[in-house]
Parts: sequence; C-alpha cells; structure tokens
Amino acid sequence: MKYYTYFPGCSSSDGGAKAYGMSTEAVARALDVELIELEDWNCCGSTPYTSVDELASFCSSARNLALAEDKGLDLVTPCSACYVILSKTNSYLKEYPELRAKVDEALAAGGLEYHRTIKVRHLLDVFANDIGFDEIASKVKRNLGGLKVAPYYGCQVVRPGPSFDDPESPQSLDRLIECLGAEATPFPLKARCCGGSLIISEEDLALGLIRKLLDSASSNEAECIATVCPLCQTNLDVYQGRVNKKFKTSFKLPVLFFTQLMGLALGIDGKTLGLEKCIVSADKVLAKYVEI
Amino acid sequence: MEATKAQVTGTLVGEISRIPGGERIRLCIQCGTCSASCPNANRMDHTPRKLIAMARAGMREEVLSSNSMWLCASCYLCTVRCPREIKITDIMHALECLSVRENVSSARTLTPTMYRSFSDFVYSIGSVPEPSFMILFYLLTNPLRAMRMIPMAFSLLTHGRMSIKARRLKPEAERQFKAILDKAEELGGI
Ligand code: SF4
Ligand code: SF4
Repeated sequence: MKYYTYFPGCSSSDGGAKAYGMSTEAVARALDVELIELEDWNCCGSTPYTSVDELASFCSSARNLALAEDKGLDLVTPCSACYVILSKTNSYLKEYPELRAKVDEALAAGGLEYHRTIKVRHLLDVFANDIGFDEIASKVKRNLGGLKVAPYYGCQVVRPGPSFDDPESPQSLDRLIECLGAEATPFPLKARCCGGSLIISEEDLALGLIRKLLDSASSNEAECIATVCPLCQTNLDVYQGRVNKKFKTSFKLPVLFFTQLMGLALGIDGKTLGLEKCIVSADKVLAKYVEI
Repeated sequence: MEATKAQVTGTLVGEISRIPGGERIRLCIQCGTCSASCPNANRMDHTPRKLIAMARAGMREEVLSSNSMWLCASCYLCTVRCPREIKITDIMHALECLSVRENVSSARTLTPTMYRSFSDFVYSIGSVPEPSFMILFYLLTNPLRAMRMIPMAFSLLTHGRMSIKARRLKPEAERQFKAILDKAEELGGI
C-alpha cells in the first residue's frame, strides 16, 4: 500500500469534472494506493487568482501546503491547474526569500507555518513512476484491445517544470495507455493549449485552439482522447458541439479522463467511473472493445 | 481587494524585475521565440516579444492597458523555450496584477472580469462553485450570452456535472483562510 495526501481541486471534487474524482479514487483503490483527502483544503486559485492578486494567490496555495505538511506525505492532485499553482508556490517559496517572508507572515495570521518539506505531484506522475507501467499492466483484467487513444497532456502537467516528463513531447501517458492494451496514436499537438479558462471570456479564441486539437487527434485516427486535466476535458468535450457549429465540422470524439480508461482496464464498471457524464458519449466506441 | 490608485514605485521594468519570475527581463535579446510559440499572439495588441520591448522602453500605459496579457492562456510554452530563461508567463501574470491594481485593464477583453469573479469566490468561500461563478460572470458581462449558455447548462445538469450546492470549508477553516488572505492584502502585494 502506498499513501498520499490527496488534493482533488474544485472541479474534480464536486464540479464539472466529478467523474475525474470518482475514477481517480476507484483506480487508486484498485492499485493499492491510499489517497487521504487533505482536510479543509481551499481552492488553489488557479490562473485567475494569480492574475489578479499574486501574493494572495501564493498565500492561499501555501495554506494547503502547510496543512499537508502535518502528514509528511507527497501531495497529489489530478488537476493540472492545481498542480502548476501548488508546485510553483512550493518552489518559489524556496527560491525567493522575500516572497517567503511575506507568505510566512500571512500564514502566521492563520496560526500556520510552512517549512517547505512537501513534494507536490501530479496523479499521472504517481501512476507512471511510483506504481509503474509493469505493475499496472499486471493488474489489467480487461485488455482494451487496440482501442485508438490520442494521449492529450495539455500544458500545465509538463510545463513550466522541472517536470517528470518532457515539456514538449511527453511520453508517460502514451506508455500508460499502451500498458492497458490500447494503442496511443500519434498526436502532434499532445502538449498544446486548449485555451484553459479563456473559453469563458474569449470563447472564439479558445474554440479555435480546441478545433486544432480535435483535428489533430481525428486526423491521426484516434477513436477517443485521454486527458489528465479537468479543464482540458471540459473544453474538448463540453465545447465540442460549439466547435462543430462554429466551424461546420462534425467531430464526435469522446474525451475521457485517463483514469476512466485505466478503470475500465482494471475491471471497474462504467458507472463507478462516471462514464455517463461524458457529453460526447463514449459508449459506442468503448463497446467495440470492452463491456462497460 | 479594491483597485487602488497607481503607486508608481519606479520604472515598469524595475517593478517587474522585482517580482518573483520577473528578474531576468533585462536579459531579453528580442529573438521572438516567445511570440512564435504563443498560440494567441495573433490576437494580442502586442506580441509577447514586443510587450517586453515596450516595458523596457518605459511605455507603461500602453503596456498595462493592452489586451496582450489577458489573452495569455498560461500555457508556459514561451517560458520553456526562451533562450534567456525569462519566465514570460510570470511576467504576463505580473502585468495583469499591475493593470488591475492601477485600474487600467483593457476593456476589449472580458478576461479581467472573469478572473475577478473567480477570485471573489475564492476569497469569500475558499472554493469555486462552477455554476454560480459562470452565472455571476455572464450577468456581469452579457446577460444575453447567459441565455445562449442555457442549453449547455442543461446538458451539464442532465449529465450530472453541475452541483447546485457549493462546497464549504468548516467555519473555523474558513476564518483561518480569510485571516491569511486579509494579512496578504495588508502586506500590499508582492
Ligand atoms: S524568447 Fe526570451 S529572449 Fe526571446 S524575445 Fe522572448 S523573452 Fe526575449
Ligand atoms: S504562456 Fe501565455 S504568452 Fe506564453 S506562449 Fe502561452 S499563451 Fe503565449
């Protein structure tokens, strides 16, 4: 059994990406990974907070780090946006003494101290590197038999780094997909941007980016896309209809969390994995290969 | 968290270089790698490379009131590619914060309002309930667009992807969180 402190983030805990949280927990159980949810965690603030009040954003992330320090376990999150903010705060507190002094003072106002001993990890890193591909492959109960999956990393899981994988041409998700028996298709835009939260304020711009990603995936014959981030999933899945309307395209690519694919291969049922929450249904594609 | 009057503490480039991540701005060689990597450069008033040149030339107003940094999606591609290891994404965030503080944010993009509604939720309850955040944002910006969003909201609801109730921290945790943020505010920014 391996233990981690778990930071689900707003979106995966109860928001639009609830299926990510559900499948993460189910897969962790199947792999003997114990995710202990950080008590009373607060929102990481994501990009918006950083862009409005940077000090407040560092302080709110630091509160989470300080709370996690009690347990001394690595802090793992499935959300790339949480990951980038928490790990950036963590490394900047080490690098910049002036920032650290201010953050320490703010934390003290809440009765907290942070000694900078925590490691922040993305869930993909934990599965790929702590559990390992061989171990995962050995637990596969339903081989995904050649299902063609476009491995989509997006940005913040590998950038700015230093990261567990290459910042522009990462491989860990490809290998993970393959150890489930599925096929990782070539995907030249695998680490390019989906527009993130700009889908809300700059919809046209973001729809253009999403279109390019869907194009790249489908022209390489992917039958579905696997993501490692709630924002990416939402943009590619929920807004796929909007892309089709705007660009007169006819994409029908299911967008799954990588944990949902893992769960299927590990023998977990579709309901537990929240498969029915996909807006572009994955049922038909998956039914060709496994019983859901 | 209100926008205060401009407190000009020196040149723009000086201010940026004092912010974590901004310290290498003076080392820019204007190679343009950042602009060539940026997925959104074509919609920006000034490309990332040019924005840095302008900041260094002291064009404070033009820089802070441009839409450039508000179209940055924080993809960090420029940052990992810059041959001078300049953290351009961090500089974008710093410019956003400065433009908010000086109340000169570009009116041609809705991103500042969106970020603000998001941050207000973080501050007030420590989490962001997506539906309420979206509703607040659309009401603030364009109620007609809120109407257009109804079918999408409906589809999210029927797929079990919208919770009406916001996650709340325990009262003592919420108080602690606020105490930390209030202190941060008192410290007056980075
Ligand atoms: S990539 Fe770096 S050195 Fe080149 S123009 Fe951009 S900031 Fe300057
Ligand atoms: S981080 Fe921002 S400025 Fe840099 S390439 Fe990405 S969108 Fe452009």
